[in-house]
Amino acid sequence: MGKLERIAARQDRAAGRGPTRRGVLLTGLGSAFMFGFAREASAAQTYPQNASLPGNGAFEPTVWCSVGPDGVVNVNIIRAEMGQHVGTALARIIADEMEADWDKVRITYVDTDPKWGLMVTGGSWSVWMTWDVFRQAGAAARTVLVEEGAKLLGTSPANCIARNGRVIAGSRSVSFGDIVSHARPTRSFSPDEMAKLPLKPASERRLIGKDVKALDIPAKTDGTAIYGIDAKLEGMVYARPKLPPTRYGSKVVSVDDSEAKKIKGYIRYIVLNDPSDTVPGWVAVLASTYPAAIRATDALKVTWTPGKTANVSEKDIIEHGRKQIAEKTGGSCVFNDDGVDEAFASAKHVFERTYTCASVLHYQLEPMNALARQQDGKWEIHCGNQWQSLFLPVIAKALQVKETDVVMRSYLLGGGFGRRLNGDYAVPAALISKELGGKPVKLILTRSDDMQFDSFRSPSIQTVRVAMDDQKALKGWQHHASAGWPTGVMASAFMEKGADGKPYDQFAIAGADHWYDVGPMRVRALDNDLADATFRPGWLRSVSSGWTPWAHEAFLDELAHELGHDPVEFRISLLTAKGRNAGKAPDSVGGATRQANVLKRLVEKCGYGKAQLPKDTAIGIATTFGQERAMPTWTAGAVQVHVDRKTGVVTCQKIWLVLDAGTIVDPDGAMAQTEGGALWGLSMALFENTEIENGNVRDRNLNTYTPLRITDIPEMDIEFVDSTEKPMGLGEPGVTTIGAAIANGVFNAVGVRLRHQPIRPADVLKGLSEKKPA
Amino acid sequence: MIKFKLNGRDVSVDVPEDTPLLWALRDELDQTGTKFGCGVGQCGACTVHVGGRATRSCITPISSIEGAEITTIEGLHPEGEHPVQQAWRDIQVPQCGYCQSGQIMQAASLLKDYPDPTDEEIDGVMGGSLCRCMTYVRIRKAIKKAAAAMREEKSNG
Repeated sequence: MGKLERIAARQDRAAGRGPTRRGVLLTGLGSAFMFGFAREASAAQTYPQNASLPGNGAFEPTVWCSVGPDGVVNVNIIRAEMGQHVGTALARIIADEMEADWDKVRITYVDTDPKWGLMVTGGSWSVWMTWDVFRQAGAAARTVLVEEGAKLLGTSPANCIARNGRVIAGSRSVSFGDIVSHARPTRSFSPDEMAKLPLKPASERRLIGKDVKALDIPAKTDGTAIYGIDAKLEGMVYARPKLPPTRYGSKVVSVDDSEAKKIKGYIRYIVLNDPSDTVPGWVAVLASTYPAAIRATDALKVTWTPGKTANVSEKDIIEHGRKQIAEKTGGSCVFNDDGVDEAFASAKHVFERTYTCASVLHYQLEPMNALARQQDGKWEIHCGNQWQSLFLPVIAKALQVKETDVVMRSYLLGGGFGRRLNGDYAVPAALISKELGGKPVKLILTRSDDMQFDSFRSPSIQTVRVAMDDQKALKGWQHHASAGWPTGVMASAFMEKGADGKPYDQFAIAGADHWYDVGPMRVRALDNDLADATFRPGWLRSVSSGWTPWAHEAFLDELAHELGHDPVEFRISLLTAKGRNAGKAPDSVGGATRQANVLKRLVEKCGYGKAQLPKDTAIGIATTFGQERAMPTWTAGAVQVHVDRKTGVVTCQKIWLVLDAGTIVDPDGAMAQTEGGALWGLSMALFENTEIENGNVRDRNLNTYTPLRITDIPEMDIEFVDSTEKPMGLGEPGVTTIGAAIANGVFNAVGVRLRHQPIRPADVLKGLSEKKPA
Repeated sequence: MIKFKLNGRDVSVDVPEDTPLLWALRDELDQTGTKFGCGVGQCGACTVHVGGRATRSCITPISSIEGAEITTIEGLHPEGEHPVQQAWRDIQVPQCGYCQSGQIMQAASLLKDYPDPTDEEIDGVMGGSLCRCMTYVRIRKAIKKAAAAMREEKSNG
């Protein structure tokens, strides 16, 4: 019996049930293993179990949901559950439109299947991407249930309404379950038919926007939640990688396992041969237990010839970027407006500043891991993952099999934050299993392995400059940014095309394409190829919108002070919502006006410019449009900081945020995401960073890597604007304003301007000493 | 063969003496609620109770707990209804949830020492438990809620 089966059996016993069909979990037999949550009215427990599969008399109008004869509504979730309670939010959308009884709704996190289309969870896209299709799917179900319910009630659909899982005609009603069991509806809908169905107006919403208990939470409080690392199969062996000295280009020269053989439980090592080139130079160490695999890996001696980047440092990468920015050619422009060169050629004043950000590690708490085996001719990969559509083909290539011969089974993710958009960790597990003839193998990276080859946030360098006339009015704007390009490295087909037709990584420039009216703009993304060659750049929570505002939001503050304007009034004067900044329905309706509104509301809340604060204490402000221009979550953030002049330590005492994300589907989930996002922003601004030394990151565990902890949290006041517009994303916008707001707050407190993130006490002290009169 | 009591049951495992308790729990005894995070006792995800005290199982050799009473998240309360677990659900603390077994075990231990903890006392004890989703605001809130519930239970009991 595997782990999941045992848990299921235990829960069955606890609930007084005998063995159920859940007994087939993970035993293969081509069973449709699905990992879902159901709620038991009696115990409020949640546990993994098979979905109520259509075919058991269930009505399945679309692939997205089904209604069983028992009235249970199952919603299929193709997004990764990594803390955002995404299953709950998405199920609320479908259930609301369907008029389902929420107590009968369950969710199933599905495995990979081409029928789901693009499986990706990132970019704060999930609710925004699913909003239309899930409302349509709910409407499809409701339409049929009302039609069939009307027949059972002997009336016409026009006389019926659906509410709370029933179709009602006057004083008579019939439940969804009874409709399915009696009428056995089979009608299904094509996407075109779905798109034509009438949807409920916002005033008729009964679940969306209301408080709800997230379905994934109970299992996370009693040890029953199953993450990728918890998956277990009969007869599996454990593996740990022995990592080469460079991420790319290292070649194994020799392996000596004479010491490893002394470790009880050591089985063998495998030099991985990887046709997908995902894990070049990796050696896998196999053992009967994981502690034995850890020790044997430490004992194994491998000699490599390292790749070319063995001596690269963080400084090398930043200086390479600085040169790229200095070159007029190169890169790709998101905006390259007519007149920008003329504006600078004729400028009376040019104001320019350069900003840098350090490398940041994901440190998702569940280290990378995957379990692989071949079963009935199919390769199964068991792991939590954020972008199955991207990595399933890579796994197939590594195994040299057809994509249809690979399935990725879904589990909870012990943190995503973008790390698991990169599925590199699945490849070695698959390769080892192949070497073992398809036997199950579980590969786990220790924390130091995980950090050494994290797919981390690239260091970046940005220069912003503005052209002004003799009245110091803004006449043109340039923003140049150089960083490693995660999308370029891992998913180049997904890159966008710039104004000049050249592809660029939108996740290495988004945020710089702001909504201010500053004259003609050039926003240029530069691919730091030294970064790309040295490590595998990754997408990290809020991607470039976590660092581009560090430049332009600090720059606007600097410029305002330079020109003698109030930084907030200055921003509002630039948010005119003209031209391309007017916005478009449905995503950015209202445009920059909505950004100005959140900023104004923020100022009211935080008392900026009015509050009497102690010495060396001040409020700093920044504003963004969240994650991406095409999906703006209008965000304004303020921080109150105190600077200790003796130690240089900056303390963030309070954070205020006002966000307009359109309709808020799950208010408490939205709040939780924004709280976590804001603290990520704070952590990256003041507490955590690494540096590349000799081709690898310096930090390998928490002894030197120091993310924010409970002792460091400020008071927080977060508010969402009431709105019935289309919902945007909320996983990441909370991050985006904090860094720049802190830099601006430090300036307001002690007059020191800091342009490198994270802000280090030594930099503050240096700034203070330089300010002192000579 | 090392014998100890796990969640009230007598168990024994046949593993090398230096095997960390964490892996014995997870892989030999199928108690996977206890998590592997940092492996060096600095993140708190592996926290269990040894003789009622919060202990980092990833750096606790199995030989050192011979005969001891171990409680994991699975055994904190038979129905998962310990006041800390209830408060965690009421306040909706977990996001990804991976650290939360450890947070809950640490918090349950904290409340034995500080039945009415201040923010400073909470920080002092919980500072060793990393939450990468940064649910810290809610952890504080939930600990205070659980503390209030436990005090009430005591005064009624």
